[in-house]
Amino acid sequence: MQTVKIVVTGPFSAGKTQFIQTISEIDVVATEKKISRAEERVKDQTTVAMDFGRISVADDLVLYLFGTPGQRRFDFMWEILAEGMLGFVVLLDSVKPETFREARSILDTFRAYAPVPYVVAANKQDMADAWPPEDLRIALRIPPEIKVLPCVATDQESVQHVLLELLYSVLELMDAEAEE
Amino acid sequence: MALKGNLRDFSTTQLLNLINLARKTGTLTIDANGNQSWLCFKEGKLVYATQDERGGHLAKMLQQSGKLTDEQARAIQQRMEIKNDKELGLLLINAGYVSQEDIVRSVRSYILNNVYPLFTWSDGTFRFDANMLPFEDRITIPISLENVIMEGSRRMQEWERLQDELPNLDMALRFVERPDARMRDINMSVEEWRVVSFINPRNTIHQIAQFNNTSEFQIRKIVYALMQAGLVELVLPEGVTRPAPGAPDKAPATMRPPAVKRGVVEKLIGFFQQRQ
Repeated sequence: MQTVKIVVTGPFSAGKTQFIQTISEIDVVATEKKISRAEERVKDQTTVAMDFGRISVADDLVLYLFGTPGQRRFDFMWEILAEGMLGFVVLLDSVKPETFREARSILDTFRAYAPVPYVVAANKQDMADAWPPEDLRIALRIPPEIKVLPCVATDQESVQHVLLELLYSVLELMDAEAEE
Repeated sequence: MALKGNLRDFSTTQLLNLINLARKTGTLTIDANGNQSWLCFKEGKLVYATQDERGGHLAKMLQQSGKLTDEQARAIQQRMEIKNDKELGLLLINAGYVSQEDIVRSVRSYILNNVYPLFTWSDGTFRFDANMLPFEDRITIPISLENVIMEGSRRMQEWERLQDELPNLDMALRFVERPDARMRDINMSVEEWRVVSFINPRNTIHQIAQFNNTSEFQIRKIVYALMQAGLVELVLPEGVTRPAPGAPDKAPATMRPPAVKRGVVEKLIGFFQQRQ
């Protein structure tokens, strides 16, 4: 049995747990806890260790999705979760520009862990005040070769599209490495 | 769809850079410390800016630039039959009070004077309404945002922010490959020209600073201004291997990627394609 791991990361409250819940075939193994800090109390619970989802692709192949805790004080978990990842998704809350700087910092941290492909998913695109993906690309200084994708984490098709685009990037990298 | 946010998280410089690069048309409203500013853009160019809800009066602009006396300006503003600035401009030119160039200069100066202070605002809400252009009766002047951003950035001079934005001086610089970036229309200081003359993927920012005997603070300021104006971009110095397309830029990776075969990735892709 082969297992493949993809990490879903991003700032606090970007929708990482929802993203995994939407696509996972099992109930997400979430390690959520009531939020204690007043300034972060925009939702009742937050991930403190990781979220874990599973998708059976074939009898001999399983895809695992790991969601990182969004709060900085749990960032010691990030490196552990990044170990052995095929690629990663940086999930953004498109209606919260106050989290863009944090998203950029998380992106840089994960890039430093391993030279694997990644995509940026602009979540909450169904909301009226969502920043369009191309504006987010400029705001976060995402290079043109990296995909910035529209996303609605509650919509299965949208989540699948993000994962599919990440896998295409993985394949492109494999092809490029084979040519070298 | 309006872009909304706070200057704490997304600065004036970043906003103007976004509007410039995305060639946006619309109005940016900034609300801070009880002051409100309106900035209008057409296809990424600044065309009007005011802190007056009704827009500035042309007579006042000409008075501020010394083209009309206080008395003349007051008398004109009191004449109700003059409906708008465009009409007033024509009347003044025809009467020989001012030239067309005087008007263009005065309006331009008024616009810029309303924009530059915004660079120092670090807190306040903003909202960009696409395709909304009020102040139709006012004279608008298209101003390239590159120069505005350059000057605004000069005024900003926030060391912490600069360090934040440009943490690694071991990166090199190159000119952006944008056919519409016209270097000859850009106003640069002597120091900036010195830096520009050394821009080459072979030279790191550190080296450029050493060649010019420039402090870290100064070089960060100059490079940041050039980047925000969209003239240069950061690249890995020549000789450092560039990652393949789709892979992240080179970083000191602490882990190895997993040994997953191409067939496995194709299987995953096939699986998701079938489900769509």
